[in-house]
Amino acid sequence: MTDIIVQADNIVHTFGGTVRALDDISVSFERGIIYGLLGPNGAGKTTLIRVLTTLLKPDSGSAHVAGIDVIQDAKGAREKIGLAGQNAAVDGYQTGRENLIMVGRLYNLSKRQAKERADDVLERINLTDAADRQVMTYSGGMKRRLDLAASIVGRPEVLFLDEPTTGIDPRSRLGLWEIINELVADGTTLLLTTQYLEEADRLATRIGVIDHGKLIAEGTADELKTQVGGDVIEIHTGDELASVADALRRGSIAEPIINTARKTVTIPAPKAATSLLEAVRVLDDSGIEVHDIALRRPTLDDVFLTLTGKATEETPVPEKSKGRRSR
Amino acid sequence: MTTLTQTASHIGIITRRNLLRNIRLPQLLLFSTVQPVMFLLLFNYVFGGSIARSIPPIFGDYINYLLPGIIVQNVVFAATATAVGLTEDLQAGVIDRFRSLPMARSAVLAGRTFADVGRAAFVISLMTAVGYLIGFRPLNGFFSLVLAVVLALGFGYSMSWVMAWVGLKVKTPEAAQSAGFLPIFPLVFASSVFVPTSTMPSWLASFAENQPVTVLANTARALILGDAYIAGEPHLAASGATIGSLVLLSLAWIIGIVAVAAPFAVRSYRKTVE
Repeated sequence: MTDIIVQADNIVHTFGGTVRALDDISVSFERGIIYGLLGPNGAGKTTLIRVLTTLLKPDSGSAHVAGIDVIQDAKGAREKIGLAGQNAAVDGYQTGRENLIMVGRLYNLSKRQAKERADDVLERINLTDAADRQVMTYSGGMKRRLDLAASIVGRPEVLFLDEPTTGIDPRSRLGLWEIINELVADGTTLLLTTQYLEEADRLATRIGVIDHGKLIAEGTADELKTQVGGDVIEIHTGDELASVADALRRGSIAEPIINTARKTVTIPAPKAATSLLEAVRVLDDSGIEVHDIALRRPTLDDVFLTLTGKATEETPVPEKSKGRRSR
Repeated sequence: MTTLTQTASHIGIITRRNLLRNIRLPQLLLFSTVQPVMFLLLFNYVFGGSIARSIPPIFGDYINYLLPGIIVQNVVFAATATAVGLTEDLQAGVIDRFRSLPMARSAVLAGRTFADVGRAAFVISLMTAVGYLIGFRPLNGFFSLVLAVVLALGFGYSMSWVMAWVGLKVKTPEAAQSAGFLPIFPLVFASSVFVPTSTMPSWLASFAENQPVTVLANTARALILGDAYIAGEPHLAASGATIGSLVLLSLAWIIGIVAVAAPFAVRSYRKTVE
């Protein structure tokens, strides 16, 4: 019997009477894992987090976190959770340490306990050296780290991170990933939302893909990739995306998917190298110039495209991982 | 359950946090202090000469008439900080953080309004000191002066709740700034804060004499200048007001405004964060 720690059932929430931000969504996962909620902007990720962290009462549905009904007993649930939202909600005019002590005190720790806890957490997120500086002197990445620190001061059983690495530089992102992995190694359960496939791929034990307030797929990264079915062919072409797609369609190899942001056309390659040769022949016959054509393992990008028919936000990834992707 | 001591402690922590901002960002305190002092000096030296002709000479210089009024003006202006501060916290996600903690719900609004009154207390003390330097003399003893200041702060506190509601409604600091001042300007200027209401057209005077800012300004003046002020103000003298009755009327306004504005603010707070 697995130990389910977060369970949301049939949550519906509507904004302004018309927009269904959450459309009968159910999610559950077990203690000790990182659950990645992946989806484009406006898919409902933040709304779901707000429901699970007691900030929002849904129109209908039920939700339990660590065995507590978050809708009936919001107060009890707050004892069990930590939240780091999309903004670094820390005070610039306080030092890092003061920010954490304040949060500790609001968790009803004594002054002494709050101080000890702050020291602890600062060490954990490698901010001890900057602890007594005002936060306004911190870099963006340091602020996010401190915000994460504030969310673990209360030693939550479940930690909710809403796009923890959006808008920070690649190096800080790697640092945050490391901290997140350590937290889970220490037994915290984590729900994180992200628009970055690479992030979900690297961190999440299980991934839920969310779009238009619905969960449209779920599984490990590998399971999701298998859904796309084997390798894919990726064709880089300048501005001739449509004509490439048309040619492939005429050659009836498979249904092509156009990614305008990356200027690529991808098609599944069920017969691997044979499919690739077919595609090359079709394109050669039609006389379209392509910059590059290659066979590769599917990424979560492909999963996402296949499931939703649209690309995710372009991932501002470091050069090296871009290289890896096109290999 | 949050115990009463926990609630008090949470309010204390949030109040301290909000006050700390003023101390740690000195430019904030500087400008919020310079502006009231500038108002005091400008009114005293620019308009004072003309206005002094329409007030009974028994109070000495215009500064004696002006200072009690400008204390009230100042607490009302200062209350807009509540609207601005709350919207800033909303935008920064700080309110979300607080709401996800197992802390007393009331602490966010209470801590905000207390801190803003604390800051007003500092500014008023400084203004009174500057007033003293340019000739202000309380004619009715130190205790009455302190009581007048405390009443004014109480009024500022009640206005903070109004402004909390305004801030939670408009949601952005820029809008909070302008929306906050909208009701404040007519209340402060169509009052006895700077000039006697007897010089206003009768329709305006009847509004001015019955609105809370005038009530507070008159009370502060009666406390600081003594019974002579009431005797010198025809509409006060005619109504048979005493210092005691004015203090009671002021308290009634303060309690009444809190009783109306606080539930609205709390309701908006719940709705806004949801």
